[in-house]
Order: sequence, then structure tokens, then C-alpha cells
Amino acid sequence: MTTLSVNGRKHEINVDPRTPLLYVLRGELALNAAKYGCGLGQCGACTVLLDGEPIFSCVTPIALLEGKEITTVEGLGTIDNPGPMQQAFIDEQAAQCGYCIAGMMMRAQALLQKNPHASEAEIRDYLEPNLCRCGTHMRILRAVRRAARVMRTAQGGDTR
Amino acid sequence: MSDGAVILSRRSVLTGSGALIVSFASSAHAFAQQGAPGNPGSPPEASPALPGSLKGSPYLDSWIRIDADGAITVFTGKAELGQGIKTALLQVAAEQLDVELTALKLVTADTERTPNEGYTAGSHSMQDSGTALLNAAAQVRQLLIAAAAQRSGVPADQLKTDHASVIAPDGRRFGYGELVGDELLHVMAAPQSVLKDPAEFKVMGRSVPRVDIPAKVTGGAAYVQDLRLPGMAHARIVRPPSYGAHCVSLDAGPIEAMPGVIKVVRDGDFLAVITEREFEAIEAMRALAAAARWHESARLPNAAELPAMLMSLPAKDITVLDQRQAPADSTKTHAATYTRPYQSHGSIGPSCAVAEFKDGVMTIWTHTQGVYPDRAAIAEMLRMPPERVRCIHTEGSGCYGHNGADDAAADAALLALALPERPVRVQWTREQEHAWEPYGPAMVVKVNASLDRAGNVVDWDYAVWSNTHSMRPGPAGSLLAARHLAEPFPEPAPKPIPMPEGGGDRNSIPLYKFPSARVIHHFLPTMPVRVSAMRALGAYVNVFSIESFVDELAALAGADPVEYRLRHLADPRARDAVATAAERFGWSKRPRGAPGRGFGFAFARYKNLAAYCALACEVEVERETGRARLVRAVAAVDSGQAVNPNGISNQIEGAILQAASWTLYESVTFDDRRITSVDWSTYPILRFSAVPDEVEVHIINRPGAPFLGSGEAGQGPAAAAIANAVADATGHRFRDLPLSRERIKAAIGL
Repeated sequence: MTTLSVNGRKHEINVDPRTPLLYVLRGELALNAAKYGCGLGQCGACTVLLDGEPIFSCVTPIALLEGKEITTVEGLGTIDNPGPMQQAFIDEQAAQCGYCIAGMMMRAQALLQKNPHASEAEIRDYLEPNLCRCGTHMRILRAVRRAARVMRTAQGGDTR
Repeated sequence: MSDGAVILSRRSVLTGSGALIVSFASSAHAFAQQGAPGNPGSPPEASPALPGSLKGSPYLDSWIRIDADGAITVFTGKAELGQGIKTALLQVAAEQLDVELTALKLVTADTERTPNEGYTAGSHSMQDSGTALLNAAAQVRQLLIAAAAQRSGVPADQLKTDHASVIAPDGRRFGYGELVGDELLHVMAAPQSVLKDPAEFKVMGRSVPRVDIPAKVTGGAAYVQDLRLPGMAHARIVRPPSYGAHCVSLDAGPIEAMPGVIKVVRDGDFLAVITEREFEAIEAMRALAAAARWHESARLPNAAELPAMLMSLPAKDITVLDQRQAPADSTKTHAATYTRPYQSHGSIGPSCAVAEFKDGVMTIWTHTQGVYPDRAAIAEMLRMPPERVRCIHTEGSGCYGHNGADDAAADAALLALALPERPVRVQWTREQEHAWEPYGPAMVVKVNASLDRAGNVVDWDYAVWSNTHSMRPGPAGSLLAARHLAEPFPEPAPKPIPMPEGGGDRNSIPLYKFPSARVIHHFLPTMPVRVSAMRALGAYVNVFSIESFVDELAALAGADPVEYRLRHLADPRARDAVATAAERFGWSKRPRGAPGRGFGFAFARYKNLAAYCALACEVEVERETGRARLVRAVAAVDSGQAVNPNGISNQIEGAILQAASWTLYESVTFDDRRITSVDWSTYPILRFSAVPDEVEVHIINRPGAPFLGSGEAGQGPAAAAIANAVADATGHRFRDLPLSRERIKAAIGL
């Protein structure tokens, strides 16, 4: 039995502890956002946060995850009450097929939680591990910049 | 979601709560080979005089259903592929019905519920389904007005519609639901519709947020990958290691004993595992792959000599254009050869499908582009009547053409047959998608032209060598699994897609006015590597070649590339697109001569009959590494009546970035037996470090004009504009795709 804390809730998981987190999120916990893209840590579609840091959930066995906090897109908000990152992607219409987007949002969330003042170059550099095939990159970047503005405002800081 | 049991043996009408719904369950087997030009798999045209897809499905209630309680459902045979078609179609219906967009429900491609519109491909959806809905909705509105006139005694021309009601001058309102009664909408469409004046549009032509995005960014069940049916089992396939390999021995015993394994399936060279949980399927798949012994043969061509190999294959020559005149007085001639390797669709989410065989009915949830043709192929493979097979489109990752979607649907169907009464979800691996998808074909173009004293083209001679650009189902043998069974179905003979839309010859006729021109398509039936439709088909290569060559000719003529194009362009909308892109980019004021910087321009009208797209761009080239990057692009696009401008922009931006990736990086690799580009390290694509600084799309709206498909319009112009900019930056012309850093460094590097 492995205890996982996902989006603030604890779950007792009874599967082979070598199972990568992705399959537990999707299978045992019925969470849709993290996606299977490559199973190789090459594309970022499965990106979730582990204690605030982005990880490839497709290659991370759950045995390593006890006592840590896992955050997925479902932890950022809901369709009726989207969080700032989600709202920014809706406002910028930053999706085509949308398959890569959950991973993009989680990686961007990790960056902005650490540094809501991230520069354009820092944002691009941070998103480098994540692939988009539809060519939605310009909108993804706009959405991340918009989310950063909202998060800075929420912090009560400057809104440059 | 249906229980799958109510499948009717003939086209029939179900009535319920004062509404009508037409079942299409049996109307569309064996249509696969009867496609309209350019949209293979589309149904025969029962009513050729009607607009758009009304030709094949002429009843209004095939498209729009109004319940007695006022609920309105819109039906389309097209599928959401991430191109935003759901939203655009809803805008069209909402506008012509005078209903709030949010009040409409939309049902997309489903063999039990929607019209057969063939494939969602070729930038046809607005032209086919958008036009059908535009007219159907307008005619439904007129029928409702007529019904209200009858009921109220007020003449129809004094009645207005708003918010799903007909309103009389005295203020009486009749909800659409009250008016619809009996079989009001079960009538054939008329050829002509009373359409709204575009000046009064409230929804069409305005940017509307896509209806599918909120679920996609909040973890909703948005994809077939997210489908979780009660009792669902998981499956993985073990594919042969190479084309034509045969399984010579397999001891499945130890795999059957692995945790969670329900079944190991083997039928000839079709191998799979079915398990309770997904990761168990992955582990069992790995064990099964390790246990299988295969006989392989060396049958792939020498990748280093692809163009020569293609040109040596037996060809069926098709004269696409023959307007050659007696040789005019020319002062200069110029010739060039352009090539492209095999390129991959590379969907981020590998193909997936869920199937359930229950009560003698096979139901398949699939991200296929064509539920009806896929159903016909799968039914043939299963030796079941098509009426007993239902395909429901459920979104997948973006496909950009014929990827593994249809094959995964076939895999799921075979496995559901092996495990009746339980839904089976099959997910391809990354390596399988990369190794087994049908690629965009490798191609060669040879062109030569003569110029007169003023530098104008007086003769143009163009030839393109290509495989087919559609091996879509088609018969059962179009499906990978069907070819791997112990009793295999034969791969169908490839056919060229006829002009005017064309396949390898798509966009091979320049839109420019040349006094003498010839275009030959050397169609190559032999396919050493599995190929099929990839976004824009041959247009990507033909536009890359034509627009690169026109740039070379402009240079020979000493002319500005934009001015040179305009000199040869008569179509006023083409000229508008070129002029708009040039002006918005600041073409005439572009700074010249900065080292490692270059500017390029290109234009095409997709298929010479869909959207116009002109594009100017700037690239930077790093001399030390040979790495080229698209820095800035400005496009002008004319899609006729624009329905969702933000959606068109999204498509064109995507086309530019995707084409940049194809053009700068991408090439399928293989040795003499196996595909070797099987993941993102061996098949690198665009990453954020190479993303442009700025991309702008300007839409030239044409209110009231026919819809012109836009989804593929940007691919060719983007490729050529980038190549032209690289030539401008380096002084060296690159004619072989991709314009890789190795090639550029070899030509200009330090």
C-alpha cells in the first residue's frame, strides 16, 4: 500500500509500487489531466508537480512519492471556477487539440509559483521540455504571461 | 452514449417527444471508394443540386432537431480534431437559426446519429458541413416562420425571429419548440435558402471562445484516452519489428501468468495483451515483445538516396496541365530540383481507441477522421454487417492527417471481439505511433522555366514524383491489424487523388499567369514505406517548390520577390492577400544586409480553390552551427466569409509553426529493415527555444462569400517563405527538405 497526497487529498493506493504515477493518476484516481504522450520523459504531456517542482509522471514510480504533495491540473481549479493559469489559457484560446496543454500549464505553474516575475526568456527556457505539435506555442506563451500578471496582482505586488 | 442495441436494419425515423431524429445506421456501407474528388470516403451525392453536404444528406432533420421543449440539437458528420470546427459550426447554425450559441447542443460524427460526411479532411469542413448547416438552419428558420404565420394569421414577412422564438408585430412569441410539431423538419432541403444579410450577423464573423477549451484545461473527460467505461479492460499491441516481419515463435504461457493479465491474443502477426490495469498491460506487452521471435527481411530503400530511388520507381504519368506554347523569345532559363523526405504526423498523444462487443453489436470510440469509412473497413475485417458496427468519434490528440487512429480503432475492435461484454481500451505506445503511422510521402519536384528580356516567365515546365497521398480506409486491408492477421486482408492498390484537389499534384499548377506551362505528375504506385494523407498533402512540397523557384526567378530577373509575384498574379483576391501580408510585415522597409538575418515571402491559394494565404517572414541563421530559426512571420489569409476569426488565426499560426518544424528539422529515418525514428529524440521537432518572437495573422474577411477551408492553407507558404528567408540570409539556396542545421552548416558554416 502506498499513500499518495494528490491535490491536498490522501489516497491509499494498492498497486505495484513500481507503477509510474501517471497510470495511478489516470487509472486509480480517475484524473484526466495528466496525459500519456511518450512514456519516456521526452514530451511533457504527463507533467505534474511534486512539492512544487515539475516531474514527468510517466517515468516516476509511486514508490518514490510517499510524503510528498502531488499537484495536477485538477488541483488548479475547476471548469466552473478555473484557477488563474486555467483562466489565462481560456482567455488566450491557447489550445488547438489541447492534448499537451495540461502539461504546459503545470510546468508554467511551477515556474510562476517560484517566480511570478519570470522574463520572456525564462518562460521559454523553462517550457523547453514540453512539446506541442499543433504549433500553439505563441498562444501558450501569451497565456503564461497573462497568468503571471494575474498571479502578481494576487500577490499584491506590482503588475508590470 | 448509446447502449449500442438500437441499431436499425434500414434507414428509419424514430419519433419521440414531438421531435425527429434520423438514424443513419445502415445508409453508408461500401461508400469508401465513392469519394468526391479531394475528400475520399465521402458519400455519393444523392442531391447534387444542394449546397455542401446537403448533397449527400438532404433532409433538414438530419442536421437540426428541435424538441417540443425547445431543445435544439445540431448534427454534423465532421469531427473535432482540435481545429475548432465544433465552435465554428455552432456559430453558423446559431446565426441562421437566430438562437443563442450556448442554447445549441452539437452531435459530431457518429454512424448512428449523424450524416455521413466522409472524412474530416482536406480543409473541407466549413465548405461541406458549414455550408450544409448554413442552408439547413436558414431553411429551418423559414419553416418555423411559416408555421408561426399559419398559427398566428400574421403574414410571414411581418414575423421576426430572435432567441429561438418567432415574434409577431403585436408582441406574441412562439417558441421554436411549440412550432416544430410532427414532421415539420423532415423535409428535403431546397437548393436556395433565404440567408441573413451578413451586415446583420451577430455570431458569424466574430471571435467566439471555443466550446471545447474549458474542459481541456480543467481535466475534463475531453479525449478518447479519458474514456472510462464500467468494467473496461486495458490492452497493448505488440507490433512486428518491421514491415513484412512474421512471428515465427511465441510462448505466451509465462505472459498469461503475469499479474492482471486477462488474455494474450494472437492471430497471425497480430499480438496483444489484455489486462485489468493499464500498467499491467505495459509490463505484459514488454514481456510478450521479448518472447516473440520474428523473421524480418531487408526491404527498405537506401535512405541516403531517396530522390533517386523515387525517380527510378515505375510511374504512371498524369498530365496535370498542358498549355505549352511554341517557344517564346527567352533570354534566360533556369532549372532546379526540390525534395522532401518522409515526414511524420507525430501526434503528441499516440493513437487510442475503446471498443465493446455486446449483444452482437460492436461499438468503437475512435478519433478517426471518418467514422463511416472506418466502420466499413472494420466491419469487413470483422466479417460483420456494417449495421452491427457503430463508430463514435471521440477526440484524440491532433492528427494532422491519417495517423494511427483508424488502425487503433481496428485493434480495439479485434480485442473487443476476443473479450466480449467488456469494453477494451487500447493505447499505442510512442514508439508504435512513430514506427507504424503512415507518413507524409517523400517527393521530388523538377522545374524549369524560361524568362523573357523583362524577366517575366514565358515558359514553365514542372514535374512531381509522388506516391499516393491517401491510403485511408478503404477496404479492410487499409487497416494495419487486418494485414497482420493469420488470414490477412490485402493492402489495397494505391490510387492518385484526382485534380482539381489532387494528391501528389495538389497545388502543382501555379496560380501565376504564365503564357506557356506544363505540369506532369509521375504517380508512383510502389510504396516502399507506409504513407498516406498528411496535412496539405502534396501542396506542402509543391508550394515549397514553386514559391522557392519563383524567388529564384525573381532574383534572376533582378526583381523584388513581392513585386515579381504581383506581376504574374491576376486574381484580385490573391493580389490582396500578397499586398496585405507585405504591407503588414513592412516588406518594403525591411532592413537589409544584417549578417545572419534574412527575409522571405511566399503565397498560395490552397488547392487553387480554398483559402488564400500569403506570408512574409524573417529568419536568423547561426553560421557556427547552421541552425536556422523563424524569428517573425506575418500572414494574410482570405477564407471567404470568416466564421470564427480567432479560430482561423489559431489554425494559421499553428500551420506556420508546424510547417517551420517540418521544414527545419524533420525526416523519418530507417535502415534496410526498420524505421529508426521512433521517439522524440530520434525524430526531433520544434521546441520552445526555437519558437518565433512574433507571429501575426491578418484575416481578410469576405462577408457573404462562400467558406474557404483554412486548416491547411498555411503549410506550403510557411515552408517556402522560410526557405526564401534562409536563402536571403545565407546567399545559398537550399532545395532539400528539411533545411537542417547539418545541411546549412555544410554549405555555409565556419
